Amino acid sequence: MLVIKDLHAEVEGKKILNGIDLELAVGQVHAVMGPNGSGKSTLASVLVGRELFKVTKGSVTYDGHNLLAMEPEVRAREGVFLSFQYPVEIPGVSTSYFLRSALNAVRKQRGESELDAMDFIQMSKEKAKLVELPAALLSRSINEGFSGGEKKRNEIFQMAMLEPRLAILDETDSGLDVDALRVVANGVNALRSPDRAMLIITHYQRLLDYIVPDKTHVLVGGRIVKSGGADLAREVEERGYRWIEEEVGAASV
Amino acid sequence: MSEQTSANDLFEPGEYKYGFVTDIESDVAPPGLNEGIIRFISAKKEEPEFMLEWRLKAFRAWEKMVKDEGSPAWAHVKFPPIDYQAISYYAAPGKKKQLNSLDEVDPELLATFEKLGIPLEEQKMLTGVAVDAVFDSVSVATTFKEKLYEAGVIFCSFSEAVKTHPELIKKYLGTVVPVTDNYFAALNSAVFTDGSFCYVPKGVRCPMELSTYFRINTANTGQFERTLIVAEEGAHVSYLEGCTAPMRDENQLHAAVVELIAADDAGIKYSTVQNWYPGDKEGKGGIYNFVTKRGKCADRAKISWTQVETGSAITWKYPSVILQGEDSVGEFYSVAVTNNYQQADTGTKMVHLGKNSKSTIISKGISAGHGQNSYRGLVQMNPKAAGARNYSQCDSLLIGDKCGAHTFPYIDVRNDSGQVEHEASTSKIGEDQIFYCKQRGLSEEDAVSMIVNGFCKAVFKELPMEFAVEAQKLLNVTLEGAIG
Ligand SMILES: Nc1ncnc2c1ncn2[C@@H]1O[C@H](COP(=O)(O)OP(=O)(O)OP(=O)(O)O)[C@@H](O)[C@H]1O
Ligand SMILES: [Mg+2]
Repeated sequence: MLVIKDLHAEVEGKKILNGIDLELAVGQVHAVMGPNGSGKSTLASVLVGRELFKVTKGSVTYDGHNLLAMEPEVRAREGVFLSFQYPVEIPGVSTSYFLRSALNAVRKQRGESELDAMDFIQMSKEKAKLVELPAALLSRSINEGFSGGEKKRNEIFQMAMLEPRLAILDETDSGLDVDALRVVANGVNALRSPDRAMLIITHYQRLLDYIVPDKTHVLVGGRIVKSGGADLAREVEERGYRWIEEEVGAASV
Repeated sequence: MSEQTSANDLFEPGEYKYGFVTDIESDVAPPGLNEGIIRFISAKKEEPEFMLEWRLKAFRAWEKMVKDEGSPAWAHVKFPPIDYQAISYYAAPGKKKQLNSLDEVDPELLATFEKLGIPLEEQKMLTGVAVDAVFDSVSVATTFKEKLYEAGVIFCSFSEAVKTHPELIKKYLGTVVPVTDNYFAALNSAVFTDGSFCYVPKGVRCPMELSTYFRINTANTGQFERTLIVAEEGAHVSYLEGCTAPMRDENQLHAAVVELIAADDAGIKYSTVQNWYPGDKEGKGGIYNFVTKRGKCADRAKISWTQVETGSAITWKYPSVILQGEDSVGEFYSVAVTNNYQQADTGTKMVHLGKNSKSTIISKGISAGHGQNSYRGLVQMNPKAAGARNYSQCDSLLIGDKCGAHTFPYIDVRNDSGQVEHEASTSKIGEDQIFYCKQRGLSEEDAVSMIVNGFCKAVFKELPMEFAVEAQKLLNVTLEGAIG
């Protein structure tokens, strides 16, 4: 479904990604780990088309199409979803109004009819339950005054509503208390499906205890330096990144 | 003909300062401003003597201002000097060219109507196309008039009111905005040709939004408009001026005056949607809109101004409330947009005189392109206004980096118990906000419009329902292409 080949990208003239290769098949869940500043969010940003990040080399195909040639909103309508590491606030725009517009944009692309207000409310009630998001939040401005945990839950709620085919979760677990973490993980697991692929960026094994990935990648210095199964995440948790860096360093000498 | 004679009598030798004589039969006054012209206007309108006297007083005040200080220079706007002698101050009403069908109308204008969702019949009325018999605006207007009449509400053109209710005009005209108030108010008082008058008697709640009337009866009131609204004890009225459809006019200068009088326990809600021609993308042309709006509140009375200002090359306007009565309430809700080379200097004055009087100011300024947007507001609490309270919130939103937002809040509290709370913010429409919307599938245009409308929400919710929706669309059309 997603094929990334030799991807190089920079931001403001600074090289961040230095040749990423990654293949994600439909139905699979991959975890991406890596030290701070290694380029995980940059990878996510490039995949969703944030203009700030310039691709200098390489290719990304999504369902056989050149993903990098698509406008960000087209990628979204085609089923690419990012749960932001830092969700922004938009004062005065209610979450439900926003999401209904978004959902209808996506549905239009899928050739489905617009959802009317009643159906939308019904659907959002169900999905809000999934991540235990209080219904009152839906009538509030997007993320405005939401707690850190509420913001993250709101992202997963939106994912549940939009039913993407490729979901990228950028540190959705950061800042969640243990209970919230379980709730969010359950939400994500509920969305795991043979028709959907997920890329989960995280620093912590504890999320991966709930969401067991098919594969784990370690990103260092803008490159995937090691890939493995679910065990690799555990190893990282125990030993940190130093040994991997050393291993890579030794190999490249 | 007696009219002829009386008019000629007015033009006594010596009055023709500029050697000017106007035939009372003529439909248009020649360019220029002098006493002769004032007399001509007054005679044309068959006004009673007191009106002429009043106009002349205003004219003399204006002349003195011209001599002493000239056009006011304190506002944060720039424009070349206006040649007041080059303007013609009177044209007979109903001179608008009639068209046969909408095909004759500028397609660009029609496209804008479309985007605003203005109904076809209304488009025709606005552009001067003959209207189908099915939609007989005159009969609809008449129905409204009957309903208002039953309730005892007087609502008519200013000229009509001068004739039918001279005692009310005499009693109230100029009591809130005196002829000497300011340069443009003096000019308006001297030369205004028409406007609206509304009188709601004691205890009456006006049976309809007076906006509805305007939707189908957009009178061409000319460049110097005069509005007077009086709500007697316990009376209530909601009035809407303007419309979202773009308004063009050959006259560049518009200087209106609006006076509101709310007696004890009365309430006046005055909403404005202003969409005068703003000039082209390079800033050429466009209307100068210099307006004086003020209301006076007696005990427990409430005056609420809501405005959405999207048009005009230059907007200069400060709807104000004099809170004379105890427990009186003044409100000002404003959205002002400047795009391309538009300039707006707008805000309000809340003058607290009465005990425990209360005021609220919510101002939302949006600047895009090279637009310059200034908020100028005064909150004054006089020694007798014990326990007075004000809450002000002035937010600016910038779109792009060539525009400007400026805030000039003046706070003047002269008693110990007055409370003023002022909040201000300036934000740029964030690339991250737009991207967040795009990542959820929304187009850039929808994203911007959503963010901007969210920013204005607190003001839009004060507008009469049907206009709130239109105002949102108007904002989108105004800001089209402002990003990217
Ligand atoms: N807008 C930007 N301008 C300049 N540098 C940037 C920008 N965005 C990211 N960077 C830099 O790119 C590098 C990679 O950042 P990125 O956010 O991708 O890291 P990350 O792996 O997600 O880290 P973390 O685990 O802390 O979230 C960092 O050095 C960061 O400072
Ligand atoms: Mg990151």
